[in-house]
Formats: sequence, structure tokens, C-alpha cells
Amino acid sequence: MLVIGGGIAGLSSALSAAQAGADVRLVSEAETTLHHASGLLDVLGYPPNADVDGPVVDPFDAIGELPETHPYAIVGEQAVRDGLAMIDDVLGEAYHGSHTDANALVPTHGGTVKPTARYPTSVAAGLASDDRELLLVDFERLTGFDAGVAAEHLEAAGIPAETNAATVEFPIVVRDDAKVTRYAHLLDENPTVTVDGREQRVRTALADAIEPHLGEAERVGFPAVLGVDHPAEIRNELEDRLGAAVFEVPMGPPSILGGRLEDRLYAALDDAGGEIEAGGGPIVDFDADDGTISEIYMDRSGSRIPYAAEQYVLATGDVAGGGIDADRAGVTEPIFGCDVPHPEDRYEWFEGEAFGDHAFAEFGVVVDDALRPVGAEGDPEFPNLRAAGAVIGGYDYPAEKSASGVSIATGYAAGRRAAKEV
Amino acid sequence: MSDTQRDGTDAEGASLTSEEGYEPRDVFGTTTEMDLRSGADNCTKVGTCDAECPVAEVNDDFPGPQFQGPEQWRLSSKGDVEIDDSITECSNCLQCDSGCPSGVPFSEMHNTARAKYVLEEQSLSIKKIRNRILANYRTSAWLASKLPRTANFFMNNGAVRWVMEKTMKIPSEREFPEFATQTFREWWRERGGAQVQSEEKRVAYFHGCYSNYNTTEVAKAMVRVYESLGYEIVVPKQKCSGTPMFANGRVDDARRHAKVNVEHLGDAIEAGYDVIATCSSCSLALRQEYPDLFDLDGIDELAAHTYDAMEYLRVHEDLESELAGAQAEDFPDVAYHAPCHSRNQGLGRQAVELFEDVEGVTVTDVGDSCSGISGTYGWKEEKYETSMEIGEEMFEHMEDADAEHGMTECPTCSMQMEHGTGYEISHPMQLLERVLT
Repeated sequence: MLVIGGGIAGLSSALSAAQAGADVRLVSEAETTLHHASGLLDVLGYPPNADVDGPVVDPFDAIGELPETHPYAIVGEQAVRDGLAMIDDVLGEAYHGSHTDANALVPTHGGTVKPTARYPTSVAAGLASDDRELLLVDFERLTGFDAGVAAEHLEAAGIPAETNAATVEFPIVVRDDAKVTRYAHLLDENPTVTVDGREQRVRTALADAIEPHLGEAERVGFPAVLGVDHPAEIRNELEDRLGAAVFEVPMGPPSILGGRLEDRLYAALDDAGGEIEAGGGPIVDFDADDGTISEIYMDRSGSRIPYAAEQYVLATGDVAGGGIDADRAGVTEPIFGCDVPHPEDRYEWFEGEAFGDHAFAEFGVVVDDALRPVGAEGDPEFPNLRAAGAVIGGYDYPAEKSASGVSIATGYAAGRRAAKEV
Repeated sequence: MSDTQRDGTDAEGASLTSEEGYEPRDVFGTTTEMDLRSGADNCTKVGTCDAECPVAEVNDDFPGPQFQGPEQWRLSSKGDVEIDDSITECSNCLQCDSGCPSGVPFSEMHNTARAKYVLEEQSLSIKKIRNRILANYRTSAWLASKLPRTANFFMNNGAVRWVMEKTMKIPSEREFPEFATQTFREWWRERGGAQVQSEEKRVAYFHGCYSNYNTTEVAKAMVRVYESLGYEIVVPKQKCSGTPMFANGRVDDARRHAKVNVEHLGDAIEAGYDVIATCSSCSLALRQEYPDLFDLDGIDELAAHTYDAMEYLRVHEDLESELAGAQAEDFPDVAYHAPCHSRNQGLGRQAVELFEDVEGVTVTDVGDSCSGISGTYGWKEEKYETSMEIGEEMFEHMEDADAEHGMTECPTCSMQMEHGTGYEISHPMQLLERVLT
């Protein structure tokens, strides 16, 4: 079985099929897909196309209310639960949220609060529903997180905790726009630095710099740069030294939390016996035998590399991810040419307002109950092709905050179904 | 291939739009081969390139690939800003290329900027001369191969090394690779060339400089493996792939060599041969850097027919069944490092995957860090420290692995692995030879 796409949908499909005993290979055009993701795993943050304000409290309650074309309605609530259980099992102690059906409210780097179903353990102490006083810390030369702005936003949002902010010098002078990975590796390695004539380890020096700003705060929020290899160890050490809970605030790309999630999911797939091929190039073509896909082709710097399997899962993402092409001529699914319904008139694809109810946000393939993309007449395009994640249309994930959940649920279901056929 | 070229040749898209009665207006003028505007415009500044860059990781003075690529292109394309000399700090590992979510053609941008800097702006110095000598390794290796024993003796003689560090800025810590007493091509001629004839299974071997002059056992292993599987091999006339030249801004030298390679490998392709290489940087150059940088007849044809030697067998043979349960007698367990230039081709996991079911040998992946030597980079006195600092993670992971022997496809990664750990390093083709023949 072949899975095309290395995001959460592809990984979930491959993992679910491998666990069900299928011989799986995942091919991904890029090596670093999840470095652009926040590391949070949402299910449903806001009700779709509703006039109801505010976040969804219990996404599972809300699933029953969704239109029947929504991917959650197609796979059913149980698949959403089973998919999440598979991911919970893989992530173990590293993630929180499985103890309840309700959404958690996680403050992010801009100071907005995101309703999410699962979150890294390292962000757990930062939840917006917690009333313990908190201090947000940023570093002088780190771009991408301004503790002062974030604290003001959180206060304006009316969170129950008193919120303060501080800016400190990171103990080693790094260049002005050093990337998050530079900070993370320095905290991992914890080298000795000289601060005010004293030799200290970086983690100690960082805690010392924060100490004077601590006040009555019971928890301290850092930009999510607390280590790539030893996040728990770094967090524990900072907690000991500060005498307060420490948490990470999820950041934009390149994202350490996304990278950690990626490492865990790929390692799990590797352990489950799945084979992984990332960074070789896009899948560009296929051969069909009697209407069944027999081979697909990768374009590796100009050479066509064939891959053959019995079952295929298309997990290539939406327009933004490259899984759907939209240009002046129309909207298409570029590999297999699956039908993507869209208004004939291009001016009906979008609304005038930036955050309007755009038609393009829901562009994607239409699938049947078995997650097979169907043609305009409603018949499966190919008996051995299934779709997972954002390549499926009919829902607006940026608006409803459901990207990870749909990817996990449809990936899980597509993987299990395909595994049954091989 | 860059988006610049893709956009320029999108004939299908053009015909679709003209059917709709829409005539595209050319806003930016006709795109030429080297116009990197659309590449620069693709950049959305997410900074994954900088986060992936192993040099930026250890060197705070290095502005990173986002600057070296799209930003510098914009600055310098106006004509009044010179290329920043930090371009020479880039090691050409191309991790930025693999990391970019928007298809910014970093390798093309860096190579173009570096060439402009070296050929038009950099003043003449010992380092510049040294870089050209390093870039033209093939010439030095060719000379050394005439008297290999003498060369081996002198190149690793303490006094000679001291003089080289002082005069040529070659770090005395590095041990020079040993030159084979018989080159691969001499061996090939002596054995009478191909021992297997085939109308269907035909490959042309691009050995590159290193397996011809230094590690001839890698080239010989390839020959034995391919012949055992019934392939007819030819070894066309060839020069350097250009990798060390690109990395040192000598695109002028690289172009001269590329012309010879494209011509002779092109002849082989026309006669029904596919091109294979055992060195990951050679295959990357032929497949990716050539069509990006040069406009030569047959260059796209060559890219489309070039493969890594292991990749080719995986496409054309059922290697997995051949290897399942096979025995690797007396082959040591190995700590495997995937070279950046293999990962750039999506081939970073093939060795580990391939030998998974072979009995008697364990291949442990040491992760996706860069070895730090990046060809000629670590051979420069002023880059030596950076090179070793980048390599630190790989050395540690190699020492943690349950093996006292290393494995990789890239000849210079192999030097660095040996230098940092003292392990002996093999090429996957040598393990394949042990299993199959």
C-alpha cells in the first residue's frame, strides 16, 4: 500500500494501515512538512458556518450537528475517537488532552487562545482557563514572539489569570534574527557561559535572568524553543530553579513543537514497520489497468521513478498544501485528475471580505463512505484510491479549526479500509 | 528544476488558458534561464531554510540561506550592491533546498551568487588560489595517480603538511586520502572492460574522481554487483561532475567539465544506457545542478536518465526479495550516515531499508545531521573548526550506535566520519557486493 503525503493525514493513514498489518510505504515530496505546524492537534474549535459565537466546548457533541458532506459526518464519530486513540497511544506522555472530550484553551504566540483537543505536555501549564498568575517571557533578539503584546491580548480576552510580561537577554549572544532551532540546541547542549564574571550553564543563567521579573507568578511561559532533544529535562530544570511551573507558547513556522511531533510520528511509523521516503520529489503521473491504478510515478529531478502497490491513499493537502491546483482555467486534483466541484465563474470562488465565507476554502475531492474520491456522477474514480485530510473538500478547516482532527480521522479510516483490501 | 524554467515551459497551461480566451500579459518581461525572480518571489520568509542550515546552527556570523538566496538576489539584481562575502561560508549541503515549503531554488541561487562573487568580485589571494586547486581535485588526483606511492608518502608527511597549512591554508589536522596504486579506469581496461553483454540491461557508470583515484574498491564492487545481475556496463569518457567547483564558485570550470560529461554520457544514453553514479554528490550534480545552471544540448536528457547506483537497482530489480534472509558473512555492523546530497534526492533511508532483512549485519541510521565536511569546505583552514563543530552531532550518534564501522555513499562524508571517530568507512555497494556475489 502506498500513501502519498507526509503530513498528519499521510502519517495517520500509513500508521493505521501498518498497525493493521499492511505493507506500507509513505512517499512525501518534502522532508519537513510538520515544521510549519503548531504542534497542537485540534478536532473542532468553532462550529462551521454558524452564527454561534465563541469556541466549541465539546467537539464530539458538535459532530452530530455537522452537514452530511463534512468529513467527520462521512467517517462517523467512532472513527474520530479511534483515530485519536491511535495517536494518543503513539504520543503517550508527550501529549495531554485525552482525559476529556472538552476542548482545551491554549494561548498561542500572538496572545490569541486556540481551542484544541490535544496539546504537547510542555504547553499544559499555560492553559487560559487556569487562574494561576502567569509571566510571559521573551528574548531580546528572538523574533516571532512578543511577550508584552501576547500578555495584553490575553488580558483583553478576559482570561482569569493575572498576566505579566518580561523581556530578557538570552545568556549567549546569538545573532539578531537567529532561528528558534539555534536557541533550542543551545538549551539542549547547555554549554557554560560567563555572566557578570561568573561561569554558569546556559539554563541556570537563563533562570537567573528571569528571576527578578517573577513576582508572584506561579507559572512562566516561554517561546516554544525549550529544546529539540531534551525538552522535559530543560523544562524540569527551569521549574526547579524558578520555583514555578514552566510552559511553552506555540509559535509560527519553523516550529519546534511541530518538529517534535513530526519526529515522534515518523518514529512510530518506522517502529510499526512502515517504510518512509521523504524529499524525493512530487508524484506526477500514474498508470491504470482496467480502471484500477497499477503504478504511480515520482519526478525525481527529471527521472520518472515508478512505484507499484495494490492500494493507494491520497493525502496531499489542499490548495495551500499543493494537493489541489487552482488556476484561471479551473480547479483540479493534479495527480489522478479526480473531480473537484467548483463554480464555473471564477468570481464565485471567493468573497470580498478577507475573512468571508470563501468557496475556495472548501475546494477538494468528494469522497464516498469508503473515502474513495468520486466523479461528477458519484461513482468512485478508482476502486483502489482513497483520500485523507485536506485534499477532501466540503469543510473549511482554517475557520473551524479542524485540520488535525480531520486528517487523523480520515487518515485512520482510509488506512484501515485500505489495509483490509491488501 | 527551478520554477523559473517550469513557468517558462508550461505549454499545457498556456493552451488551456488560451481556450478560455484569456491572454496572459507578461508583467516582468521574458524570463531567461538565469532570471531567478520567480524563485525569489516564492519565498514566504517562514525561515525553515535558516532553521535547517547546519552552518547557521554553529556560526552566528553567517546570515543564513534566506539571505544568501532570495534576499541577496533582490539586493544584487539592482546592480549596485555586491555579493556579500559570507556566501563563501555556505557549504553547499543544500538542506535549505529540501526544507523549503515554497520551492525556492536555493542551490541555483547560491551557486549563481557564489560564482558572481568569486569570478567578478573576490580579489586574488592565497585562499582564492587554494579554492581553485581544491575545486579542481580531479587535476591534483590525476597528477598524484601518476606516482601514487610517492604522493601518499608526501601528502601525509608531517613537514609537508605543516608547509601546506602555512602556505596553502590546508588544515594540518586532516589526513589526505590515499591514492590507489591502480586507478579504477586502469583496472577496467586491464580486465578487458565489460564481462557481461546485454541488449536490455545496460548502464553507463559515472565513477567521478574519488572512486577512480582513491576508493576504487567502491567502483569495483559496483561492477561485480551489476554484472552478477546481468548488466552490461560501459565506462564513458568523463571529467569531474562539478560538485567541488560549484561549491567554490568556479562555475566556469564546472561548465567546461559538464560539456564533456553531457556529450559522452549523452552518447551512451542514445545507445540505450542509463547513467548510474556511486557518489551522491555526482548524481545530484548531473540530475539537478546541471539543468539548473547550464544550457547545454542533452542536459535534460542526462538528468532524466541519471540514477544513484542503488536506487537504479531498486527500481529495476526485486532487490528486497533477493536480500530477504540473505547472509552478509563477516561484514561488521555499521553506523550509517545519510549524506545531505542523498537526502536531497529522497534517498536518505534506502540503505537502512534495503539491508533490514539481511542476516548477520545491522545498519543503524545515525540521524539526519550534516557531517560538516561538505566536500572541500572542511579542507580549508578557516572552515575546519566550523566543519568539526557541525560534525559533532554525527560523531556522537556514531559512537552511540552499536557498531565500530561506518557506512555512507559520499566520499567526503566518509573522510569526515573516519576523521571524527577513527572508524573504517564502507559504501553500501560494498555490503551489497558481499551479500550478492
